[in-house]
Formats: sequence, structure tokens, C-alpha cells
Amino acid sequence: MAAEELPSEFDVVILGTGLPESVVAAACSRVGQRVLHLDRRSYYAANWASFTFNGLLSWIQQYQEEPQPKEVQDWSSLLDEGEELVYLSNPDSASISNLQVFCFTSEEDEEEAQSSDLPNPTEEKAVNEDTDVKPSADSNEEATTEKQETVGGAEEEQLQVTPTEGEEQDTDKPHLSTAQSQLEPTRKRITYAHLVKEGRRFNIDLVSKLMYSRGSLVDLLIKSNVSRYAEFKNVTRILTYRNGNVEQVPCSRADVFASRQLSVVEKRKLMRFLTSCMEETEEHQAYSGRPYLEFLCDQKLGDNLQHFLLHSIAMVTEDTPIEEGLAATRHFLRSLGRYGNTPFLFPLYGLGEIPQCFCRMCAVFGGIYCLRHSVDCLVVDKDTNRCKAVIDNRGQRISCSHFVVEDSYVGKKAAAPRRLLSRAVLITDGSVLPSDSDQQVSMVTIPPVAARYPVVKMVELCPSTMTCIPGTYLVHLTCQSAGSAYEDLAPVVTRCFHTPDSPDQENRPSVLWCVYFNMVDGSGVELEGHGLPSNVYVCSGLDSTLGHEYAIRQAELIFQKILPEEDFCPPAPNPEDIIYDGENPSTPAGEEDEDGAGEEGKREQSQTQE
Amino acid sequence: MHGRIKIKSTAQQEEEKRKEREKKLKIYVSARDTCFSKVTRVLLIQVVSNHQVLFSFLCGLCVSYLHSMFLLDTHCQRKEGILDEEALQVTQQLLSSNPDFATLWNYRREILMHLETVKEKDEVQKIYEAELAFLESCLKLNPKSYGSWHHRCWVSARLPRPDWSRELSLCDRCLSLDDRNFHCWDYRRMVVKVSGVPVAQELGFTDRLIGSNFSNYSSWHYRSTLLPLLHPESPESPSPSHEPPQPSPSHSPQTQSHRVCEEQLLKEYELVQNAFFTDPNDQSAWFYYRWLLGRAEREEMISCVYVSRDEERVAVAFSRPVNAQSVSLLLVLDGQPQKVEWKSVHPRFKHSPVCICDLPPGTISDITNEHNLTVHWTEKYTHRDCALYTGRTESWCRDSATDQELFRSELSVEKTSVLQSELQSCNQLLELEPLNKWCLLTIVLLMRALDPLGYEKETLAHFQTLKEVDPMRSAYYSDLCSKFIIENTVLKMEYAEVRVFSITDKNLTTLCHLDQLLLVTHINLSSNQLQQLPPQFAMLQCLEVLEVDNNRIENLEGVYHLPKLEEVLLKNNKISALADLQPLASCPKLRRLDLRGNPVTQAANIESELTALLPSVTDLLL
Repeated sequence: MAAEELPSEFDVVILGTGLPESVVAAACSRVGQRVLHLDRRSYYAANWASFTFNGLLSWIQQYQEEPQPKEVQDWSSLLDEGEELVYLSNPDSASISNLQVFCFTSEEDEEEAQSSDLPNPTEEKAVNEDTDVKPSADSNEEATTEKQETVGGAEEEQLQVTPTEGEEQDTDKPHLSTAQSQLEPTRKRITYAHLVKEGRRFNIDLVSKLMYSRGSLVDLLIKSNVSRYAEFKNVTRILTYRNGNVEQVPCSRADVFASRQLSVVEKRKLMRFLTSCMEETEEHQAYSGRPYLEFLCDQKLGDNLQHFLLHSIAMVTEDTPIEEGLAATRHFLRSLGRYGNTPFLFPLYGLGEIPQCFCRMCAVFGGIYCLRHSVDCLVVDKDTNRCKAVIDNRGQRISCSHFVVEDSYVGKKAAAPRRLLSRAVLITDGSVLPSDSDQQVSMVTIPPVAARYPVVKMVELCPSTMTCIPGTYLVHLTCQSAGSAYEDLAPVVTRCFHTPDSPDQENRPSVLWCVYFNMVDGSGVELEGHGLPSNVYVCSGLDSTLGHEYAIRQAELIFQKILPEEDFCPPAPNPEDIIYDGENPSTPAGEEDEDGAGEEGKREQSQTQE
Repeated sequence: MHGRIKIKSTAQQEEEKRKEREKKLKIYVSARDTCFSKVTRVLLIQVVSNHQVLFSFLCGLCVSYLHSMFLLDTHCQRKEGILDEEALQVTQQLLSSNPDFATLWNYRREILMHLETVKEKDEVQKIYEAELAFLESCLKLNPKSYGSWHHRCWVSARLPRPDWSRELSLCDRCLSLDDRNFHCWDYRRMVVKVSGVPVAQELGFTDRLIGSNFSNYSSWHYRSTLLPLLHPESPESPSPSHEPPQPSPSHSPQTQSHRVCEEQLLKEYELVQNAFFTDPNDQSAWFYYRWLLGRAEREEMISCVYVSRDEERVAVAFSRPVNAQSVSLLLVLDGQPQKVEWKSVHPRFKHSPVCICDLPPGTISDITNEHNLTVHWTEKYTHRDCALYTGRTESWCRDSATDQELFRSELSVEKTSVLQSELQSCNQLLELEPLNKWCLLTIVLLMRALDPLGYEKETLAHFQTLKEVDPMRSAYYSDLCSKFIIENTVLKMEYAEVRVFSITDKNLTTLCHLDQLLLVTHINLSSNQLQQLPPQFAMLQCLEVLEVDNNRIENLEGVYHLPKLEEVLLKNNKISALADLQPLASCPKLRRLDLRGNPVTQAANIESELTALLPSVTDLLL
């Protein structure tokens, strides 16, 4: 932590290191603005972050703890004539809610457990760890303590199943191997201890998104040369859950050709539909305002194709109007084939890399970074209603012309209840659709499992994405909340995976560990207003869509408001074309909170998050 | 504090790049000169390849380059050449910036061959392995460099302990970057051949390539070469197909070698259908489909022998064109081999399905004699007899050919049931894509193979659609359609056993299968779109009456030495010059000629000139 004072004058101060904030920071810095980028958290990327397993555990723990009410310090002594203070709100713990953690794998190495032959302690410990953890926000439940023994009956059952489950597996194995697969005996059961031990090889995203190959994020990464800071992997297949099975969705020409589940006539119909919908036709216009599904029905495509087109390609609901459905289909198809057989890319080491890449770009062009550093209040000129400066949590007054802030730092004044996203992160021991290659990255669309349930998007990451350890898959589920994350997503999990709740699904991959939580869906938050000065811009955080269009558009809008004349993220020059004038050519490496000290520096830093 | 970053201006960058380029050029030129000073005179002369001169032009160095070359040429002091490792180094430096420098590859090969003689085997292996690694870097620079691939071939062949699996994986990598790199395909074929990769594995390889992108002729073609090896047609199939190790002389080895067993064929039909249903506009799949549907080669035989007493001439028709001069034919007349000269019917083509020969005068002219002729096609071990009975002026011997033998072989030898189901699925596709030309064309071909006469109406309708959807190729479709109409007419004529051939008002644009009309005496082609009577027309050795009114004929080249031709009706055509009528002068019996409605009739003195040109004509209509 830099003990010395920060410079007291910047052009743009940005609070929060989520994706839109980081893009704004990079864009401003790139065109020569002096940028100060702060985050009160100890890690980059805010709710866009990726954690190691252990990092995620401490993140969970942090949200389980009561937020300590922060005493509001009075910084009015720092004011000049004609100025007033506007306080930012307390750190907003409500952006994450309904955290629930389950562990379905045995706590210790099986060998150890067996050799010690002491079932009781093991079980006891399992109970502790496996407890359904409810955050205090859920006040109808009993208060959370460090050791929760009291939980709902159903969950208790689960817990007791957990330790025995391992044994059950053991006894079942002979049956299994004779009955069906020979793979079963070789599959080594991964224990919780193993997950913790190898925890740093996980990169678990808080948000789950994919990059459309021709989406605005990819375009921006290319245009700005930020892409050089990261590596990407193609999502290798699109799957869908249908009639109780996971099926592959043929979407590219090669997929359609190779598909075994489509008849040749269906292949032709699908290809023809996909080709025809790229262009606006009179037929499309005739359906204007009516649901996309109605249009699909009238194309006489058959159930198979209709399902694929609606749920997996357009990824819209049954009542989405045709304009939106077609736009989504086109977006999907345009992205297809640019880098591979699916329209999506995923960054190695997780999505948390992306905001950090933009932060690095910002730092390369002179932006200053401080983590665990926040802004307490704004200094506002009463006459102009503009923010002249900010006062940080150490009482330093830092003048600035523009202030960009993540919405969780701004008080909740919106009357309307905010929408939520339901999230689940699963560590499993196999793919939902095993194939020749065990290194598949799959996007799975899951239509509502029953009436009133939401559409779920599931992303299954393999170890080669550098987000999980060999032998495991990392599965992200996302949907718009209807209830709590657990209520929304557990039915999907039990259908697609083998959990203690679905003991009959032996042939499905087992869930080793999982967490459910809700996040605030920030889409719809205005950039300006909120009773804030006119040169303060609010980044709304996450949205529920699969792509990054929303965040990038937001960043671009903010940038254009700050610097209407400037180019948004022009290509960064090659390193050899950069001249360092006079002073110390390299960025100071001693400051812990500063980025831009090169690849190693950054990796180290992301590891210090743990 | 942070130093603000300045970016070099474009001018600065340009300048630096220019300097960099100059530096590289300097190194290149000096290396090249060193190299040439080591190369022998012979090599120097090779250097004046177009490519190298062009390259030097590009470098803006032409003058100095030629200068240095001539200098070197004059004092070329190395008769034996320097074949050392230093030279290897220098050439490597040059080739790594320009891998298309063929001379240097040659030089390198000489050096390597020299080193082979002086080094231990292990060392040679090491040198060659280094060479392969170097070649890989060259291929990265230019994956389609002829020189690099050729050199790699050469090195791989000389490597004491070649690692073929590594070479295969190199090819796979290359093809995954560009699946149409034919250099790589060539090299791969070599590797596969030398290393003996199992055919099944190679078929799997094509599966993979086709799976990732089926618009790839190379993969489909490769498949068509592998399948007959892996799944040869079973011996008990209806056609006498199974090849014993030594092919029997009566069948050419190609006849059966590219057939595939039915079980596998059905799988292939399914695969290729998936491709053309997915993208019916991709022609690679359709071409492969055409191959699958098969193409039987007709048995080589003498299909007809015709003998005419008046002209004392023998005409022989074959199942495929032969070279009249070199074909090994033996004519035996009444037990006596005759020394005759075989010739084609028209001097314009040497290869023709019909050959003629004139017997010595008086041999068969006596109508009271009976003669027995045998024509032996000695190289094919086949022959045909023909008897000319007393009182007859002509005689012939031929097979009553069926449609199967005549034309169907062009598409398929597959079982009718298979073709029928293929036709069904194509019709299914046509329902979805009524304007797809590949589908239409394939349907036409399938219909031809199944029942040419039965599907005649539908075929003609499809041709009409084809001309509309693909106007660029309407002439091709017209010609193909003409061909089918002629085939059908020939078949009908065969069934009726007549010697009259008539196709009127059918928009014929071209004439073909004229060898089938050897015996026709009366032909009526009026009201079509014909522009010429091609040289092949001279095969109609029995023709007496030719009716071609209302066409667009400009050229009568084929009406040439037709011994029995008496009447030519050419009303309303495009004959414009007297010279165009010249071929008629070679027909001795011509007595009636109708030229009404031709431009040539407007010429001055036409009547007298025609009389001079064609003295035998007594009935001239102008």
C-alpha cells in the first residue's frame, strides 16, 4: 500500500474496476487524460472478477459477514467557499445476496479417511462445511454463525448423504462397471481437500458471459490492441437441454453437415432459414410486432429446428417479438465462423482478465491504480453543480474534471426494486455431454424446465481454459431471477447433474461443489442523474445478456460525454514505437498498487488477491 | 512520477522500417554474392531464371545484380565448387528470406550429397534433421513455395532414419491452416506412400477434413482413390468384376478397379447427401456424387462391320474411338488376309469410332459371288464376321445394342434400386430447392440412367428449367439436351429396326453419336438450331438423303466422301460462300441440291459456278 500521498490533480477519477469503468479508464488514459483508478476492494474487476477457489471461498466469507457500519467522517474542513460535500454510500453489500454453498464431495482424501477409519469426525466436519450458508439478508432464517448446525430438513438430509455418498459410490462401482461404462472405475473421485489444495488453478468468474466473435468487445479489443494482453479459446460447441437430454445444436455449416440428429431435409431447411434470415425480407416485415416463435412456427421447420433456432441460436423467449429475435439470430450468425465453429470466445484464465487488460492499457499510458482505496465524498461547486474534486478515504482532496463511479458506490435512491440475476457455479467431475475430446467448452441453453421458471444459460468450461483443474469442469449457470438463485437454478442442476437430490442420475456428471448467489442486474441504470453533479457518471454494472454489448456501449457513451471530441480507444502503438521522454523509462515497479509493471507484475498481483 | 508516453510519428516509423529493410537487403546481397562465388559456373547460368531476375528487379538491384553476375561468370575459379558447411550456412541465410530461390536449393542438395560421402551416418542424420527444421521455417514464410516442398521431399527420401509420423503431422498442421494447399497434398501423398500408412487411417483423415469443411475437392478426390482399395466391389456382384491378380486380357484394368462395394457405397451416398442437402450450391459434393453413381467403361469391341459391293469398301465401327492409322486390324476375306489401308472417314480427325478401307478393285464386285469377311482387332483379341451373299449389294453385321450398352454406361452400373432411391432423395431436395442447378442436373442424369425413354418428358422440362436458372451455361445444357434427344432417337430407331433417322423441330444444337448412324440411309434434321455438319458426319457411310432445311448451317465440312449421297436439302440455312459447298464435290453420286433461302444464292454467276463445282448435280434449286 502506497503510504505516500497521491498526486492531487487528475482529469478523470474512476471508482470501481469493473469492465465498463476499466474501459473508460483505458480510453481516457489512451488519449492523454490523467486517470486515477480506485477500487475499495483488494482485487481488480469488482463483480466482474475471477477468483481462485480459495479466493472465492474468502469472497463468500466476506459476504457472509455483517458489513461493519462505517463511521462517516466529516471532511468539511477541506471545503472552500461555495462548495459542498456529497457523500457516497457505504459499500453496497446488497449487490450480492442469497449466497448458498454446497459441497457434495468428501472432505478429505478418501485414502486418509479410510485409513484413519474414524467416520464420526469426518462426518462432523462435513456437516460444518456443507452447511447451507445463508447471508443475513435473509432474515427469516436463523442468524448466520460461523458454525451453522441448524438448517432446513431437506438440506440436512443432503448433508448426511454427502459423506455416505462416497461409500455408496464405492459399493456401486462393480455394478456400474459391469452394467455400462468402463470409464467409471478410472474416474478418480476428487475430494474437497484436493480442490482446496489445487485451488489456485481455478479461475472462477463471478459473472458468466461469452464474447461474441463479432461483438463490440472483440472489436474493441482488436481495435485498441488490448487483445495482446490476453489469450482466448473458442467455445467449441453449442448444446441444449431438451426432452431430458443434452443435445448438440448444429449451427455452423460443418455442424449441420456432421449432425446425426437431423434428417437431410431438416438440414436443408435449417441452412435455408439461416441464410434467409440474414437479410430483411418482406416476409419478416409482415410479422412485425408478432412473436418470433409465431414466425418460426409458420416456417414449418419442425420441432427440432424450432427449438434450436429459438432457444439456442436466437436465445430468446417464446414471446420475444420478431425484430428482436431476428436481430439476435443475425448477431449469432455474424459471429459464427470468424474464429471457429461457434460464435463465441472465452478468455483463458477467466473473464476477470478482460477488465484487467483494460486497466493495464490505462496504466501503460500513465493511469495510476490504487486498490483498497475508495472515495468518501465529492466536492461539488454549488453554483455550477459540478464535481470539482473528490476526497478519498484518507482525507486527501483530489481535484478532477470528471468522476466515473460504479453504481454500488452510489446510494440506492431508485424506488423500483432492482432486478436480480441468479447465478450458480458448479465444480463437476465430467462433461454434460461427453465426446471424443474432453477439452470442450460448451454453451448450453436450457429452456424453462417448467412454467414460470426462467431460461437458463449454462457455460461449461474445461481445464484447458485455465479455469479449473484436470478432471473437473467448471459450470456457470445464469438466469434472470424469479426467486432466489437456489430456487431458480437448483431444479436445472438436479436435472443435468448427479447430485444427492438426483441420486438416480448416475450417468450424469457429479457435482463436487457448488455455490448459488444472486447479483444485481444493473441494466437500466441511468448514466447520469441520481441527484449527482453533471460531471459524475454512473456505471451500472452487470446485465443479464450473454454478450458484452451493454457494458461496452455504456463505456463508450461515458467516454463520449467526457471527451466528445476524442477517438474511443484508438490502436495502441507497438511497444517499440513508444519513446519514453527523459525520465525513468520504466514504470516504477515498487508500488504495489500500480499496474503496468509487465506481465509478471500483473500475474503476481492477481495472485495476491487470494 | 510517470513519464508521459510519446509515440513515434509515422515518418519516423517509415524511416526506421526503411533502414531495417536496407540492412536486410545488404545482408541478403552480400550473402548471395558469397554464395555465388562458391557456386560453380554451371550453377551461375541456371541463376538467370525469370524468377530471380524478377526478384532483383523488385529489389531495385537489377543493374548491379547483372553486373556482379557477369563478373563472377568470368572469373569463376571454382571448377569443383565448394561444398562445405559454410556454404550451407550462407545459403540457409539466403533461403530463409527467399525460399523460392531454386538455384540455391540445388546447390544445397549438392553440398548435402557431398557431406553424405564424408560424414558418419549419425552425423548425416543430424544434418538432415536440421535441414528439415530449417525447411519448416521456410514453409512458415511461404507455405506454397515449390522449392521448399520439393527439397523437403528430397531430404525425406535421403534421411537415414526418417520420422514419417512427424512429417504427417506437419502436413496435417499445414492443411489445417489451408486445406487446399496442393503442395502439401502432394507431399503428403508421397509420405503416405513411402511410409505405408494404412488406407483405413487415410480414409479417417479424409473424414476429418470433410467434417471440418466439405467444400474441398482434394479430400473428396482422395476419398475416391481410397475407397476402392479399402472396400473393393465384391466378386459375386453381377458384373464380372473381381480382378484376379493378373487381369484377364479381355478387360482393361480400369474397368472395375474403381468400383466400391455396395455396403460402403450406401454409406457414401448418405455422407454426400448430407453435404448437398446442407449446401446444395457447393459443387464439390455433387462432383463426388457423380463419381459415386459410377461410370462404367464400355467393353472395347467391334460394334459393326459394313461392306458395300458397289464401292468395294468396308466400314468398321468400334465401341470407342481408335486411331485409324495405328489400330491393329486384320481383314480376312474368304480366308485370305487382305492388305488394305485403314483410314478415318475425315482427314480432320485421326481418332474416330469408324474406320474405312477400300478393297482392291474387282475383289467383291461380282454380284454373283458370295463373300465372307472377318475383321480381327488383334490387340483386343476380338473379331467380327460378316457375310455378303449372292445378289446383295451390301451387308452388315452388328449387335442389336440395347440402351444399357449404348448410353447408360455413361452414368452408372449401379443397381436400379439404388439409383431409384437416389432419384427419390434428389427429388426431395428439388422440392425444397426447385431452382438448384446441381440438383436438376443430377436428376436428369439419374433419369437417363434409369429409363431414358420413360423419363424423356421430365428430362426435357428439367433442361428448360436449367437453362433459365443458369443462363450462363444455357449452351451447355442445349448441347447436353441435344445429345440425349439423339440417344433417345437412336434407341427408338434400334427398336424399330429402320434405317431412317429423323429429329425435326427439337432445337438440336449439336450432333453426336454419329457412329451409331453408320447404316442410316435417310436422315432428316430439319428445323433445328444446327450451325454445322461436323467432320464426324462423314461416318454416315450409307447416307443417301440428307434433309437439313431450316437450320443455321454455315459449314458442310462433314458432308465429305459420302459414297451413296444423292440428295442434299439445305433450304433456309446460312451458307454464304461457294467455298462452303466445296465438300459436296467429294460426293460422287450427288444429283439433287436445294439451296433456296441461303445467302449464297444471291451471288453473281452462282449457277454456272455451281455447275462447274458439282458437275454431277442435275437438279439444282436456288
